[in-house]
Amino acid sequence: MTANRQYGNHGTGILLTALRDPGRMIDFGLDEWDLLLRIARRTRLLGRLAVIMDETGEMEQLPASVRNQFAAARVFVSQYQRTARWEINRILAALEGRDVPLVLLKGGAYILAGLPPSRGRLLSDVDLLVPRGLLDSFEQTLLAHGWESVKLEEYDQRYYRTWMHELPPLRHPGRFIEVDIHHTITPLTSRLSPDPEKLLADSIPLTDSRLRVLQPVDMVLHSAVHLFHDGEFINGLRDLVDLTDLFQHFGKHAGFWEELVSRARLQGLLRPLFYTLRYTNRFLDADIPAAAMIATDDGAPPGPVLYLMDNLIEAVMLPEHPEFPRHRRAVAQWLLYVRSHWLRMPPGMLLQHLARKKIMSWRHRKAAAETVA
Amino acid sequence: MMLAGLTGDECRQRLANRGLLLKTGPFTVRVRSDIEGFTRLLRQFYGQFPVMETPAVADFHVRVLRPGGIRRWWRPQVQFLLDGQSPFQPFQLSHAFPLFEWGLNWGIAMQAHQYLMLHSAAVERAGKVLILPAWPGCGKSTLCAALVSRGWRLFSDEFGLVRIDDGQLVPLPRPTPLKNKSIDVIRDFAPDATIGPAFHGTRKGTVAHLQTPDASAAQAHIPALPGWLVFPRYRAGATLQLKPIDKPQAFLKLANNSFNYRLLGLQGFQAVTRLVRQCDRYILSYSDLDEAIDTLNQLADA
Repeated sequence: MTANRQYGNHGTGILLTALRDPGRMIDFGLDEWDLLLRIARRTRLLGRLAVIMDETGEMEQLPASVRNQFAAARVFVSQYQRTARWEINRILAALEGRDVPLVLLKGGAYILAGLPPSRGRLLSDVDLLVPRGLLDSFEQTLLAHGWESVKLEEYDQRYYRTWMHELPPLRHPGRFIEVDIHHTITPLTSRLSPDPEKLLADSIPLTDSRLRVLQPVDMVLHSAVHLFHDGEFINGLRDLVDLTDLFQHFGKHAGFWEELVSRARLQGLLRPLFYTLRYTNRFLDADIPAAAMIATDDGAPPGPVLYLMDNLIEAVMLPEHPEFPRHRRAVAQWLLYVRSHWLRMPPGMLLQHLARKKIMSWRHRKAAAETVA
Repeated sequence: MMLAGLTGDECRQRLANRGLLLKTGPFTVRVRSDIEGFTRLLRQFYGQFPVMETPAVADFHVRVLRPGGIRRWWRPQVQFLLDGQSPFQPFQLSHAFPLFEWGLNWGIAMQAHQYLMLHSAAVERAGKVLILPAWPGCGKSTLCAALVSRGWRLFSDEFGLVRIDDGQLVPLPRPTPLKNKSIDVIRDFAPDATIGPAFHGTRKGTVAHLQTPDASAAQAHIPALPGWLVFPRYRAGATLQLKPIDKPQAFLKLANNSFNYRLLGLQGFQAVTRLVRQCDRYILSYSDLDEAIDTLNQLADA
C-alpha cells in the first residue's frame, strides 16, 4: 500500500513518501512541494530533505522557489551543528587534564561520529552520559567554568536530582544550547532499569579519544527508550527517522539484529524495542528482518494496549495538514504525556508530582498576571 | 497579472478561499483573510505587484483573521498567523494592515536565510545600491522615504537582502511605515507622495504607510550591486557631516546590524567582508533632509 493512499487526507502521505523514497521528490508538482515544505519545516525535517536532495545530485532540477527554501534550511542545520560542536569543544576544554569519560548521546553522537542520522539534523541540546560517581565533580567543573543551571525552582532542582536520570540542564550564558548530563538512560523511579555501567563499559572511543559514543545496539536502545518512554513526542517522527537510519547503517553488519534483541532482553528494554521496530517499519519502511520482528514479539504489550498505542502513536507522530488540524492530535499528545509520567514513577509519587506542578503553574500565572498589571 | 488587475470581488474570493498569491520582491506570500478593511489596504498598497496563479510554492503562508469568542464582538481584534502559528498577541481589528506588515517582516527575518539579511533601508541610483543600516533613532525610514521621493529606486525600507553567491542586493519594495513626526515631515517634503491612513496607538506610536512608487515596483525583480554604505545619524540642529569610516569599523557595525550574521557562520563573514570592500563607507550626521539628500546625490554622481 502506498503512503499516499494510506494517509492521504492528513497531508502526511507526501512527507512519508519523501522520507521513504527521496528519489520520488523530483517528480513532485508545485502543489505537492508547497505542502511538503510546510510540513517538513514543522516536523523539523526540512533540513533533512534538503541534504538528502543534495545527495541525489538532482537539486538543480527543482523549481527555484524550492531550492531557496532548502538553502535557508541548510543554513539552519549548519548553525545548529556548529553550535553543538563548539559546545562539546568547550566542555572538553573545561575538563582539560581530567580523565572523565564523556559519552555523547543522540544528536551530538550522530554528528561527531558522522552517522547517517546527522544528515540535516537539528539539535537544541548536547546530551552526555557520565558515570554516576563522577556526576558531582563533573557538574561542579562546568559550573566553575561559567555554565549555569537553567531550572532554578527549588522543586525542579530536587525533582531532577532525586528522581531523574539527568541533572537539571546547564547552559553557558551567551550561548544558545543546553547541556544535559545523564548518569543513566531511564529515570531512577522508572520500572525499566537498564544498567548504565554496561553502557559505559561497552562504549566506543571516537577519533578524538576523549569522546565516546554508545556501541551500536545501545545507541539504538537508548534512542528507542528516549522516544517511547521519556518523550513528549514533539520531534517524534524525526526520532523515528534517526532510528530508521541507524537500522539501515548498522543492520548490514553480521550479527547486529541478534545482538540487538539479546541486549534488549538483558537490559529489560524489549518493550521500547518492540515499538521501535513496529513503527519504523510501519511508517518509514525500515528494512527489518522478520526474525528480529518475531524475536521481539514477547515485548509487545497486551492486545488492547497495543491497539491504543497504535492509534495514539499515529496521531502524534504523523503530521497534520496545516490547514486541517484535528483535535485528536492534542488529545493523543496529552494521553502520551500522562503515560510517560506513569512509566516514570509509581502512582503515589506521580500524583504528588502532578499536583506540585499544577500549583507551580498557578503561581507562575498569578505572578505573570501581577507583573503585567 | 498585477493585483490591481483583479476586481475587488476576485481579490476577496481568493483571500477567502485558497489564498491570494502575492509576489513581493523574491518572495511569494499566500495571504488569506476575510477582513474588509485589510483587503482594501492590501489592494491599495500592493496593487502594482504581481499575483501568481496556483499551483505555486509559497515562501510564507499568512492568515489575517478575527479570533473567535467574545473578542469577535467586544473590542474586536485581529490575529496574524504564519503557517498556522501565531507569533504575536492580537491587535485591535482596525490595525490589521500594520499587523500584516510586521508579521511578514518577522517571518522573513526568521526564515529567509538564503540571504545575508541586513536591518537596513536600501535605495538604488545609477545601478548601485546605497545601504542605510538602522540605528536607534537614526531616521532610516525618513531618509529612505525622502530619497525615494527624489528619484532613487526603493529596494527596501527594512531589509538589505544580500545574495550569498554573488553579493548582489535583491529588491523587496513594500510600503514604508512612517512613524510619528516623520509622517508630517514626509508630507511636507513630498506633497505628491501617497500616504495611507494613520494608525494610532500601535506599539511604535502612530504609523502611516508610504506607497511604493510605480517605477520601483516595476523593477522589483532587478537586483544590483552595493555601492555605498552610509550609517545615518539624525540629530536636531546638527550640522551636516559625511565622515568616512574604515573597513574594520564598518564590518563590525554591519555584522551587528545583520539579522542572521551569526547564523550564516563563515558565509556570513565572507558576505559582510565582500560588502564592506565593495562599498564606500561613511557616517552621515544630519538634521536637514534637503542637505542630506544633496550630499547623497553628490556621492552617487561623483
